[in-house]
Amino acid sequence: MSDKKKAPTKAKKPAKPKAEEKKAPAKTPTKASVKTPTKTPAKKETKPPTGEKKKPPPRPPRVKMSEQPPEVRVKNFDEVPYGLTPEQAIEEAKRCLQCGKPKCVPGCPVEVQIPEFIALIAEGKFTEAACKIKETNVLPAVCGRVCPQETQCEEVCILGRRHDPIAVGWLEKFCADYERLGGHIKLPKKEKANGKSVAIIGSGPAGLTVAGDLALLGYSATIFEAFHKGGGVLVYGIPEFRLPKEIVDKEINYLERLGVKIKYNHVIGMCKEIDELFTKDGFDAVFIAVGAGLPRFMNMPGENLNGVYSANEYLTRSNLMKAYLFPDYNTPVIRGRSVTVVGGGNVAMDCARTAMRLGSAKVTLVYRRAREQMPARNEEIHHAEEEGIIFNLLSNPVEIIGDEEGRATKIKCQRYELGEPDDSGRRRPVPVKDDYFEYDTDMVIIAIGNSSNPLIAATTPDIEINKWGNIVVDGLGRTSKKFVYAAGDIVTGAATVISAMGGARQAATGIHYDLMGEIEPDIPTACEMPDEWLDEEKDEPLPKSKS
Amino acid sequence: MVIKMYEIVDKYEEAPNVHRLVIREPMTAEKAQPGQFVILMPDEKGERVPMSIADVKKDTFTIFLLELGISTAKIATLNKGDELYCVVGPLGMPSKIENFGRVVVGGGCYGVGAIYPIAKALKEAGNHVTTIIEARNKYLLYFEEELASVSDEVHVATSDGSIGTKGHVQDVLVNLIREGQRYDHAKFIGCTYMMYNCSNITSPYKIPTMVSLNTIMLDGTGMCGCCRVSVDGKTKFACVDGPEFDGHLVDWDELMMRKKSYQMEEMISYQTAPHVCKALVETILGDNIE
Repeated sequence: MSDKKKAPTKAKKPAKPKAEEKKAPAKTPTKASVKTPTKTPAKKETKPPTGEKKKPPPRPPRVKMSEQPPEVRVKNFDEVPYGLTPEQAIEEAKRCLQCGKPKCVPGCPVEVQIPEFIALIAEGKFTEAACKIKETNVLPAVCGRVCPQETQCEEVCILGRRHDPIAVGWLEKFCADYERLGGHIKLPKKEKANGKSVAIIGSGPAGLTVAGDLALLGYSATIFEAFHKGGGVLVYGIPEFRLPKEIVDKEINYLERLGVKIKYNHVIGMCKEIDELFTKDGFDAVFIAVGAGLPRFMNMPGENLNGVYSANEYLTRSNLMKAYLFPDYNTPVIRGRSVTVVGGGNVAMDCARTAMRLGSAKVTLVYRRAREQMPARNEEIHHAEEEGIIFNLLSNPVEIIGDEEGRATKIKCQRYELGEPDDSGRRRPVPVKDDYFEYDTDMVIIAIGNSSNPLIAATTPDIEINKWGNIVVDGLGRTSKKFVYAAGDIVTGAATVISAMGGARQAATGIHYDLMGEIEPDIPTACEMPDEWLDEEKDEPLPKSKS
Repeated sequence: MVIKMYEIVDKYEEAPNVHRLVIREPMTAEKAQPGQFVILMPDEKGERVPMSIADVKKDTFTIFLLELGISTAKIATLNKGDELYCVVGPLGMPSKIENFGRVVVGGGCYGVGAIYPIAKALKEAGNHVTTIIEARNKYLLYFEEELASVSDEVHVATSDGSIGTKGHVQDVLVNLIREGQRYDHAKFIGCTYMMYNCSNITSPYKIPTMVSLNTIMLDGTGMCGCCRVSVDGKTKFACVDGPEFDGHLVDWDELMMRKKSYQMEEMISYQTAPHVCKALVETILGDNIE
């Protein structure tokens, strides 16, 4: 089977070097340069058959990933896309131009070596591709699903100028799934234990990244998690149909195999203070990744009525406590007949789509700007529309009206129009005077964002915070308190999984530099792919080994 | 020897449907202060249930549990030596303890036990402590001796008058105030209705009154906002800003309505849990045999 695939690989290669040659004729001594040997002969071989040099053959369009049809998926919590087949993955991977100076890599907050892993997929080496990603990203299965690729790696893809950009996210998801479903995830080589221990507060994306990086560098990493399950926002925030929880469990299991210890049910600040982690438990450094966990409300009348949720509460009930399996799981969640979600971000989409799946007859999304200004990913908006969610744009609730039993029954909204652009460049929504409308709703979910949780700051006053309550750090994640580091939403305010991981990587570098001293601060922390993996079951070594 | 996590080291039914559970969790025991609570989960599928800490001894802490819904029923069916799935705590702000002078504390339901550490701390701070407890009947009363040991006076109220004053905590309180007793501070823990009534009584006498609210909670760290209450017109989170609030400023109507959010779901989950019902049947049969 692999032979068959290899043949077209070579046949199609001409396009890559050509495109590359024009853009990057001089090879710089970057990682990409190791590809040169393979490319040059390939070019020579295939030049004659291609014939017309000036006109590269039209690139095939992006493969289509099949997904559950909307009418089916609104009745279940299974993942929406089915994922690529191996054939599709190879086909898609072959579209990659393999640029000499790839723009996608700097486009990624953790700088995944995108062309390299795609090249491995094109050769059918899926497990190796997964390992390649894991060199810089400990959570490929998660990032392949929830990263906003269209504003990161895929946005800057050269292919995207004329065609669809390469589906980096789908390919990432594919090879991570391939490795996981294959049953065993190999462990990369670990450095020898260096005797230093680091406490990590929070097991979300940032915490897991730092734990993984430090474990590989020989540290003893201990994660303290407030909930009874690890994963932070990955388990309480992102719904099952976007990120199956089994994947998060597997990722955590992988870290545990790396030697990371996870202590659940530990609310640092309440059961232990940061100073105690140093003095009593003897940690050498503390990394804070507690996320943005303070729900914002709108301070409008009726917000405390029954049936009004913060997005955090609604999603935590549904995801972490598995209220969608009620009563088998005992935590209940109100299943409104007519549900209103306030907000336009990914969290709002998650809430609306969860409500749909919990059997609501009508789900309305209220957002005060226009559709193109929604912060949610296009894919999420598109999925939400397909699933029949009604978008009430340019309107904002002003009051929730309840009955005598304290249950929400109606919502009153004010219409908005777009005015002048504001600082963020988006046209500012301006309320239209005296233009109100009301409709029946028995459940309202407020998904307008989160502020940072003050628990740590309140118990550790010597950590500097800004006016929004976010922890202030330098470029290597250092806070104002010695040997205390931070990253993720607690530093940036609510953002994405991948940006938290990017910050975490810097903090890991900072910790490594401060504790071990001699290492340059800008070296990429991470694992190298062990050589024996590359040679395993392969006749020819991979083109991009260290030579 | 296998070290058990969150082991129930002692369990005793103090009164019908009032279980005293002693749970080993050194970290919680070390940090717990009067007025704080823990969140427990009986098993992976259970709810996260907040429980007031009633006592701390060495590396264990005590809670009083009333079986009310599915998750409390699940906890109640656990025995000595069993493990809980999850114990988080201590959570919440500690009760404000200082020398107020003459203090009245009142407890009902689980609050009879939960008032104990507060009464004890107040007593140690030099206050004159008057304790009032209530139950429906004299055989449902518990913990009187322990409370007596940390109070200057203990008064009892029962709904049927089988012992002490006929009525509730508020009835005893009214009598005491009318008799001419003066109090500088008051604290109440128990059912919402009792705390509401007591706050209404202390209000005209301008006795500073703190009530410990037992709202529905989820995470207990201020992340979800499930436990929000209006205090003096402002939204507060009972899990991190409380659980103690000024009883004269709490929006009681809203609080009572919010507590009923899941009445129907609570019934459904209780009735559709076969393994618990079986266990309950066994418990009942076991009692009859004895």
